[in-house]
Amino acid sequence: MTKSSYEAVVIGASAGAVDALSKLLPELPAGYALPVLVVVHVPADKNSVMAELLQFKSKLKVKEAEDKEPIRPGALYLAPPDYHLLVEKDKYLSLSSEEPVLYSRPSIDVLFETAADAYGPGLIGVILTGANFDGARGLKLVVDAGGKALVQHPETAFASAMPEAALRACPGAETLSLAEIAAFLKEAQS
Amino acid sequence: MNAVVEKTDDIEIRLFLEALYRKYHYDFRDYSMASIKRRLRQAKERFNCGSYSLLQDRMLHDPLLLPELLSYLTVQVSELFRDPPYFRTLREKVMPHLRTYPSLKIWIAGCSSGEELYSFAILFREEGLEDRALFYATDINPEALKKAEAGVYELERIRLFSENYQKSGGKSSLSDYYTAAYGRATFDKSLRRRAVFSDHSLVSDAVFAEVQLVSCRNVLIYFDRDLQDRAIGLFGDSLSHKGFLGLGAKENLRFSRHSEAFVEFSRNERIYQKRSEP
Repeated sequence: MTKSSYEAVVIGASAGAVDALSKLLPELPAGYALPVLVVVHVPADKNSVMAELLQFKSKLKVKEAEDKEPIRPGALYLAPPDYHLLVEKDKYLSLSSEEPVLYSRPSIDVLFETAADAYGPGLIGVILTGANFDGARGLKLVVDAGGKALVQHPETAFASAMPEAALRACPGAETLSLAEIAAFLKEAQS
Repeated sequence: MNAVVEKTDDIEIRLFLEALYRKYHYDFRDYSMASIKRRLRQAKERFNCGSYSLLQDRMLHDPLLLPELLSYLTVQVSELFRDPPYFRTLREKVMPHLRTYPSLKIWIAGCSSGEELYSFAILFREEGLEDRALFYATDINPEALKKAEAGVYELERIRLFSENYQKSGGKSSLSDYYTAAYGRATFDKSLRRRAVFSDHSLVSDAVFAEVQLVSCRNVLIYFDRDLQDRAIGLFGDSLSHKGFLGLGAKENLRFSRHSEAFVEFSRNERIYQKRSEP
């Protein structure tokens, strides 16, 4: 494995998430080599249909993450409602009921921070549309750990506050359209 | 040579947890590291320590720090009737089984500040099983146990508790069970009549009683896989024949070594039943 090869993708989205992910996910082929970990801000109702919604649009195996589940390629792991999703160094997932962070549980910051710690330069962090600032700090930690930061262009985002906050925190992040993000992610698996 | 270099932070955290164990016998060494790391980072900032080594120094030499430090390391987030469907299923599907026992022992493992204990006490009272039951409420955090014994909660939390109670099939009104004064709700001490509060560590302690139901919710997620297996093994050893194990809303036994010892009683509400011995 060369130094520049990527190992995982983390994605955070809030308001406008379903639409944005519906455009992004179909571009990732079945058997996509990088596991994809996703936090979407959803209400705390434990019977969320987000996983089903995303599965319609994706050739990856989409599932709600389970505690201590091993992270495998070809899969998209979604943080369940009302739990934080964390990545363990030995590439397992953990759930947590700690306090909300920036009023959010699951929190994008928590996923990104723990994924950055586990994957370092092997991580791609993607911030999409959203109306709050969750994810900005997390994306900076991804970059600090040597990973790559991609932010949906605020002008094409349903809600621009989250991408704008991410860009303020990470001036070096690439500002891309959804199509460009998809292209980068496809390219990244080689 | 491609040696994996351990980050300094991670070395310090391992040493901190070892020191905490040796000094005070609180064993967090087999907890899930991602969560522990986050919370230790918050503790480090709170105590103005530039590194985990400096935090360790303070922890070893300043015992007064310990209670607050423990509050960072143990997650005390809880609610009365948390995840109402769990309590509704207990009420409607599990209670009929429990009714067949002349006496009942219920273990609330990781009781935090008591919210789950009072939920069980109220549920059992409403279902007429309170007098047959003995509740063991255990936790490793002594401050949490004190709060559990007091049964006092901020009044602003009561609205959520009441909503949860109603959604779980509560038969009257939560206000029947507490008195409000000075911004706090004090739960009736009669609800503690059948409860025993004790410190108990799922990391190191043994079976202490045979019980018909163990409720351990959103505790196992903070353990690594080996420690989860130990705890589930302990629950299995504590449960009587066909006893019930209730876990947190997104917890399950799927990745556990002991999964075969239990059957799913209610998949959605994470309630399992100990398999009869062959």
